[in-house]
Amino acid sequence: FPGLADVSISQDIPVEGEITVPVGSQSPDEDYSTLDEPVKDTIMRDLKAVGKKFVHVMYPRKSSALLRDWDLWGPLVLCVSLALMLQGGSADSKDDGGPQFAEVFVIIWFGAVVITLNSKLLGGTISFFQSLCVLGYCVLPLTVAMLVCRLVLLASAGTISFIIRLIVVGAMFGWSTLASTAFLADSQPPNRKALVVYPIFLFYFVISWMILTFTPQ
Amino acid sequence: SGAPAAEWGGFEDNMQGGGSAVIDMENMDDTSGSSFEDMGEMHQRMKEEEEEEAEGEAGAGEEEDGEFLGMKGLRGQLGRQVADQMWQGGKRQASRAFSLYANIDILRPYFDVEPVQVRARLLESMIPVKMINFPQKIAGELYGPLMLVFTLVAILLHGMKTSDTIIREGTLMGTAIGTCFGYWLGVSSFMYFLAYLCNAQITMVQMLSLLGYGLFGHCITLFVTYNIHFHSLFYIFWLVVGGLSTLRMVAVLVSRTVGHTQRLILCGTLASLHMLFLLYLHFAYHKVVEGILDTLEGPNMPPFQRVARDIPVVSNAVLNTTAKAIALTL
Repeated sequence: FPGLADVSISQDIPVEGEITVPVGSQSPDEDYSTLDEPVKDTIMRDLKAVGKKFVHVMYPRKSSALLRDWDLWGPLVLCVSLALMLQGGSADSKDDGGPQFAEVFVIIWFGAVVITLNSKLLGGTISFFQSLCVLGYCVLPLTVAMLVCRLVLLASAGTISFIIRLIVVGAMFGWSTLASTAFLADSQPPNRKALVVYPIFLFYFVISWMILTFTPQ
Repeated sequence: SGAPAAEWGGFEDNMQGGGSAVIDMENMDDTSGSSFEDMGEMHQRMKEEEEEEAEGEAGAGEEEDGEFLGMKGLRGQLGRQVADQMWQGGKRQASRAFSLYANIDILRPYFDVEPVQVRARLLESMIPVKMINFPQKIAGELYGPLMLVFTLVAILLHGMKTSDTIIREGTLMGTAIGTCFGYWLGVSSFMYFLAYLCNAQITMVQMLSLLGYGLFGHCITLFVTYNIHFHSLFYIFWLVVGGLSTLRMVAVLVSRTVGHTQRLILCGTLASLHMLFLLYLHFAYHKVVEGILDTLEGPNMPPFQRVARDIPVVSNAVLNTTAKAIALTL
């Protein structure tokens, strides 16, 4: 390189300066600023994030917002409300006609953990908590179905109500499975999608079965 | 250079260079990607620095009262111990977490399957092999068996609900999961132990896989007979479907065992456990009402199999009704 032969640094001029790394300077400031904001702002921000994810679940499009900023608030709220609504299904105080609160809780979280482990073992690229987040949020259609079932059961408890409930729960079960598949199946190698979808299908089937067979007393 | 120091506020204590924002790459070793190695290094340097300080203080403290050597030295020692404990605790937690994560990876090769393979193995589990003089290949795969166990749990739940079984001590889900997983893991371990005694060439994972795929027959039988309540249909399914999957498992085991007595022991145990489990699953969760009606058809059925579990008041009435009905027909 003949043109560069002229470039030289004389010995008596020291090379000096300041190298600042801009990345580090931003995060401490952000932390301090979110600590100082009023509690209402923090709660509203989290609620908006949760609400946005609910919308993503109800209209499943191929967006990565659900995966990128995962949070477990939504799944917790859905799980607790579903478990609360499934209470009160016992024939009398001695026997257990319906599932206990802890049972529903354990089924949902244990099932989600098993599905996540399964998808990771099959070679999935999604992280543990992202998968938990998606599976938890996709329980939303089934929670809506539970609400509808309870309202229908308030009106009547005959065969027609059973058919209505069956249709509603079936439709919401399909919606849940499709929504979670849309998010989770992309992270798998293409020929193994069926292996990941089947446990998700079973998981939502068990939850739908619990909703459908709920009879209040 | 006070400005960079303020910006790196959190790191100030640990940076060896004091207020500089530049990381001196010379002093980093190759594993500096993990913060725990850094912590260890910094801790080491802190220790060395404090040892130098302590030596310096010891030299100065000799001039003062011997007891008061402790005041500044004691606080320094306490701080050092606390830092030491925190470092040890953090290190222990990190190694435990890492070994837990590594354990998941141990299972990874057993889940390396394609959907076509799973389907093929499901169908094969119903076809008994003919060649028992040559050791048959068993795929050591855990995805299929695990999914079959969960499917069986789902089918059992459906069956328990349609039969209005009321569980006292425990829950429906807990009972179903406990039964299915208990059978799969327990009988596999027992058969593996027997196979070890009888010198059969089979590993634990292969045994789990074999028994798991044998549950496919159970799933089909129960799925059909929980929805269509005919006892004769159940017995046909029990013999044909249950029998086929038992024959397959038995044939595979026989091909891997030498000696007549050993073969007999292994196959007898496996066949009886497998068939009896299907019988148990059907009758334990069967509808009480259907049971009473069918008792009239088949007088050689013992009535105790018809009673649903754990309904004290109702079961007495059921037994009385059954006894009266049998007395009427006789």
